[in-house]
Amino acid sequence: MSKSIDFVLDGKAVEAAPDETIWQVAKRRGTVIPHLCHRDAPGYRPDGNCRACMVEVEGERVLAPSCLRQPTAGMKVTTSSERAVKARAMVLELLLADQPERRQSHHPNSLLWHWADDAGLTSSRFERHAAPTPDSSHPAMAVNLDACIHCNLCVRACREVQVNDVIGMAGRGAQARIVFDLGDPMGDSTCVACGECVQACPTGALMPASILDDAGVHTGAADKTVDSLCPYCGVGCQVTYHVRDNKILYVDGRDGPANQNRLCVKGRFGLDYAGHPHRLTVPLVRIDGVAKNATDSVDPADPFTHFREATWEEALDRAAEGLKRIRDRDGRHALAGFGSAKGSNEEAYLVQKMVRTGFGTNNVDHCTRLCHASSVAALMEGIGSGAVTAPFTAALDSDVIIVIGARPAQNHPVAATFIKNAQKRGAKLIVIDPRRQALSRHADTMLQFKPGSDVALLNAMIHTIIDEGLTDEQYIQGYTENFEAVKKGVADFTPEKMSDVCGIAPETIRAVARAYATAERSIIFWGMGISQHVHGTDNARCLIALALITGQVGRPGTGLHPLRGQNNVQGASDVGLIPMLYPDYSPVTDPDVRRRFEEFWGAELDPERGLTVVEIMNAVSEGTIKGLYIMGENPAMSDPDVTHVRQALATLEHLVVQDIFLTETAFHADVILPATAFPEKTGTFSNTNRQVQLGRQALEPPGEVRQDWWIIQEIAKRIGLEWSYTHPRDVFAEMRKIMPSIKGITWDRLEREDSVTYPCDSEDEPGQAIIFGDGYPTPSGRGKLVPTELVPPDELPDDTYPMVLTTGRMLEHWHTGAMTRRTQVLDALEPEAVASLNPRQLADMGLEPGESLRVTSRRGEIEITARADRDVPDGMIFIPFCFTEAAANILTNPQLDPIGKIPEFKFCAVRVEKAQP
Amino acid sequence: MAIHTEFSSDRTAKRGRRKSHPKGRQLNTEALDEVRMALGDVAPERDLLIEFLHRLQDRFDFLSARHLNALANHMGLAEAEVYEVATFYAHFNVVKENEEPPPPLTLRVCNGIACEMAGCGELFDTVAKRLGKDVRVVSAPCVGACDKAPVAVLGHAQICKATPDSVAAAVAQGKAPVIEYDTTDFETYVADGGYQTLRALLDGGRARDDVLSTIEKSELRGLGGAGFPPARKWRFVLAEPKPRYLAVNADEGEPGTFKDRHCLESDPHRVLEGALIAAWTIEAKAVYIYLRDEYPVLHDALHREIARLKTAGLTKGVEVYLRRGAGAYVCGEESAMLESLEGKRGLPRNRPPYPAQAGLFGRPTLINNVETLFWLRDILEKGADWYRDAGRPHFYSVSGRVKEPGVKLAPATVTARQLIENYAGGMADGHTFKGYLPSGASGGILPARLADLPLDFRALEEHGCFIGSAAVVILSDSDDIRSVVLNLLRFFEDESCGQCSPCRLGTEKMIGMLEKRSWDAGLLAELGAAMRDASICGLGQAAPNPVESALRFFADEATGDGK
Repeated sequence: MSKSIDFVLDGKAVEAAPDETIWQVAKRRGTVIPHLCHRDAPGYRPDGNCRACMVEVEGERVLAPSCLRQPTAGMKVTTSSERAVKARAMVLELLLADQPERRQSHHPNSLLWHWADDAGLTSSRFERHAAPTPDSSHPAMAVNLDACIHCNLCVRACREVQVNDVIGMAGRGAQARIVFDLGDPMGDSTCVACGECVQACPTGALMPASILDDAGVHTGAADKTVDSLCPYCGVGCQVTYHVRDNKILYVDGRDGPANQNRLCVKGRFGLDYAGHPHRLTVPLVRIDGVAKNATDSVDPADPFTHFREATWEEALDRAAEGLKRIRDRDGRHALAGFGSAKGSNEEAYLVQKMVRTGFGTNNVDHCTRLCHASSVAALMEGIGSGAVTAPFTAALDSDVIIVIGARPAQNHPVAATFIKNAQKRGAKLIVIDPRRQALSRHADTMLQFKPGSDVALLNAMIHTIIDEGLTDEQYIQGYTENFEAVKKGVADFTPEKMSDVCGIAPETIRAVARAYATAERSIIFWGMGISQHVHGTDNARCLIALALITGQVGRPGTGLHPLRGQNNVQGASDVGLIPMLYPDYSPVTDPDVRRRFEEFWGAELDPERGLTVVEIMNAVSEGTIKGLYIMGENPAMSDPDVTHVRQALATLEHLVVQDIFLTETAFHADVILPATAFPEKTGTFSNTNRQVQLGRQALEPPGEVRQDWWIIQEIAKRIGLEWSYTHPRDVFAEMRKIMPSIKGITWDRLEREDSVTYPCDSEDEPGQAIIFGDGYPTPSGRGKLVPTELVPPDELPDDTYPMVLTTGRMLEHWHTGAMTRRTQVLDALEPEAVASLNPRQLADMGLEPGESLRVTSRRGEIEITARADRDVPDGMIFIPFCFTEAAANILTNPQLDPIGKIPEFKFCAVRVEKAQP
Repeated sequence: MAIHTEFSSDRTAKRGRRKSHPKGRQLNTEALDEVRMALGDVAPERDLLIEFLHRLQDRFDFLSARHLNALANHMGLAEAEVYEVATFYAHFNVVKENEEPPPPLTLRVCNGIACEMAGCGELFDTVAKRLGKDVRVVSAPCVGACDKAPVAVLGHAQICKATPDSVAAAVAQGKAPVIEYDTTDFETYVADGGYQTLRALLDGGRARDDVLSTIEKSELRGLGGAGFPPARKWRFVLAEPKPRYLAVNADEGEPGTFKDRHCLESDPHRVLEGALIAAWTIEAKAVYIYLRDEYPVLHDALHREIARLKTAGLTKGVEVYLRRGAGAYVCGEESAMLESLEGKRGLPRNRPPYPAQAGLFGRPTLINNVETLFWLRDILEKGADWYRDAGRPHFYSVSGRVKEPGVKLAPATVTARQLIENYAGGMADGHTFKGYLPSGASGGILPARLADLPLDFRALEEHGCFIGSAAVVILSDSDDIRSVVLNLLRFFEDESCGQCSPCRLGTEKMIGMLEKRSWDAGLLAELGAAMRDASICGLGQAAPNPVESALRFFADEATGDGK
């Protein structure tokens, strides 16, 4: 370790750590030196351009920027010399000269005004220069460069922290100005609206549009701030909600372990959905005599065509009676329940407990089935754990990063920023996906392989590694089993043979394999592109094999990381919201395990594994399941072949939907229970990094809306369970008793620390971020290698359906769009249903971008607007599944992976033609 | 069935983009083909961005948004990264989709201090009026031909001692006549013993220590402005790990300076040999020569001559690259030059680290000025004593109100009065010596009564001035100090990179104050002190010098109190 540095600061002998700046030492010792362009936050390097932090160093001709300068031994630094104080004040006075009048300003309490106040400055003796025109082209952010002080924090925010690379400083000298792309209006630029620039701006030149009036004047402060979480993806960003009049005024990122103050467009600008007029605010029951119809569409703004208001008593009684009636009449297997990966751990735990102990069945599942079920299946089989082995921030320590079948810049934007940071600091980034994406530009290698050929490509890589002797023999010997089977299995998968299958040159396959295997530290990230195939489990098995045969697990910078989709899909799975597993992944079919849970819950439990999401829908269709309780899920949009799903839902004898909006699923409900939106509840949520974090209530729920845990408990009580939870903390306390993984995590600790990683054995340990350094929680203690065969996608293109449809999300819209399409900003950014095709493909088909297309599969057809997108390869069409008016899942193939039971959302055959007007 | 899709309660909130495409400007494949064609086979390395912009502009006359977008795509850069570089440098014309391309001909009228004294303002107004819209007439900072003021530049060619008629004639021709100059070519240089010194080094005939100590003993100072002893710099760089680079600063832009041009025009191989000697001494992996874009003829010549070196086997083990500036005075500042060599905007770096530790591409880098290198061969051939005893001679660029402006070789102890009388043929007819700028815009202004000071390093500091790059501009009784000061401050404002507030805003606000009838001497001094103390680089630190000199030596005239 380097030695500390002794120097003199304001006459006192002090010590600096080797990399510490004068500014940092001064701050540590209680003196905050004025600063504007220096942002004292992770990810921001000091730049030293504003010169508001100048200090005097004895013997130097000019003053030194304290934010940038590191002391040297014996240096004598004075922060308060007359010369330094005068220079700093002059800098502030120069900057103030051009600022808008404080009372009419965009941010009267900005950092600039703070330091002006500190220096006793209220005005400037210099003349103001002409103010640039405001740019109000972006729905989320107001650009008022009259307040810009050229500190370039927004440039660093955009280019170095988030690496979205939109903002630049163009021109020179007095003509220098902040620009977007080629000097374009922000709203026309490639800006992805992460808002990092807004959070970094020290003057109000970049502000959330929501807190300025039409004249660009600040409308006043928030009533309160609440530290909580973002409700969207599995990254688990910590946020601060700024609340006024029970509305979220704006959102700031907090320094959570997963986000380090960063957010994306959804988390920062997509929180007004909770106050949308469509919110369900009273319990609803189906009007007597209104029949269910699969093609029904209810107007969420006016549900009274199909439903009427009810009291909570009536609604809950009805909900419970229906369930009880079916259970008592047709037996426990005639019921099923869906919980939600958007709810808290406590809610998910209560749902599965109610279904298991109240309904008496293991027919309980949630949308994990649709995202990573195959990954989890392969991981459970291979390494005995369904979670990630390392947080995504481990990428910062990696030498080689593979991102396969994932588009983190769209779907896990904040995780993507760390991957981009890692690449910028020298890690080799390999992106493998049939579609190009935002990460492609940063990738050292981009493998745009043929859709559905994952196993061919990955086995060719494994072949290369084994063939060229690049395996980690010691690791294989020490920590794995079944290596010979894999070796034999891949013997025929030469890069030459697989090249035609996957469309990647043999030399490239080899190069990538070598890079991954020979790097000191390699990590793999994957997403739905791996899992949502009929060979999804095999895909994941290949990735596990790659990591295990090269020993790229269990050390810093290494690991296997399936990027989890929903904010609490990790937690919902952890607490047993899946048909085959109790909390902490305890198999329901193991008699010992079952006995333990029967004792713990005081109820007899179903000894058979339950049905999964798609299987439940099939059972509904077949009439074996007659009653369904759905909390916070929207299978009428999210499941494959939704026409079939909607038919099934309409045949249900009894459907209870607990949600915040009248979703497409709720169209077919008997009882609709108005639930709390994320900002209205308190609970714990587990992100993709295995970080258990506390979400805190920021808003009062509207109307008659009740807390979800309360609603579940009221149903549970009515079907015969004796529950008496009074707060989510009671539920969490119960979970801890049966889940060793969170033994060391208490509610109080979470209130204190906000986030603790599991597994965590005791209250005084931080939790294990990187796991499996010494073997695996499998029966043998070894990682199991499983060979895989080539399985083609279930439905290949043919003459009638010549194109490949792939589905997914877009940056602005979450999942089925129920939340995001009800936010002003996100809806303004992506207001209409679009399908992306390569412009060349569109031209070949005689179609224009912006034209309406008809897309037809064997299961149905939709009409949708064509978007010309060069990221999409020829022969492919990409449709996000968030648009109810053009639901992609009308088209998708419900064929399942045989092990993970996940549908093949990423591949089906379609025909694309011009829509007839 | 009816599908309800009206989610937003406020549809008017929808502003912005076309939904038929992803966000932002879309790549135009034709433009991409054109860009690839213009760039040829050169690998799209980040540091070549400025070179690529030159190639595009040379080919298409201006930089269109579609080409910039395509270039970004080709290089794997963001549009903003390309745009900020393209708009930083004065010589690039960026034309957006909704803008008119400029006329094919651009006339730059130099408004450097020497040209202004020679009437460039009037020239500008006259030609702008007369040439109409066929030619884009713009002002340009000093183009390094101050001895032939006023100067206009048509396209890339300079029109010296320009008149409205000569400019109009050139425009009518579509180009200015190429100016011939005397130069020593490779053969002549070699015949005269050139490259013997270098060959001796390459062949192991002379030790590194000998080279270093000879240069040290000669008391040669760096002649780019700062006067730092070159051998000491070399030793710093030598102490750092390899790979190391040599960057040759041929970006003289200090108004009134044209002596590096003189060295490169008259005897380019003397400079190149010096560069290769320095490169050998520090064991550099490559030499980057950064030549200002104002010297296009030199660019072609150097390009040719460097190729000769390679053929002659004189560049063994070291690559020599010639890079073109693009119109930015600040790139003469050594760390800004490094940024520019890396293909970025010329923003001076904060120091430490110094270039010797972390310079070009983050590697230890030696930066020497053209003229410094020019003297190496002679010193190594003739010995340290020879140079020291000759009074450490170097070139002075003399311009302004003298009979014979030009580059003057004189000992380092020469005075302004001697320069005027013994080297420049005396004051121009009808002009009385009033004062002088010892170092272009940066070095302050001295009155005639202080014309007997040696124009040497450290000799002028007590008067608030310095010798810098030895650009001596002679003022006479017909020159108004306020106009001179304003000209110099406007130059600094135009050329400030804009990075740090004291310089960007200080120059701007200072001009506002200087344009007033009466100067607020107190506030000017306060502002000047902050600029000097708090600016990142020499530009901002020196920018208040003319004002302070004016207040010190020409107070009555300057403040307006005397009128």
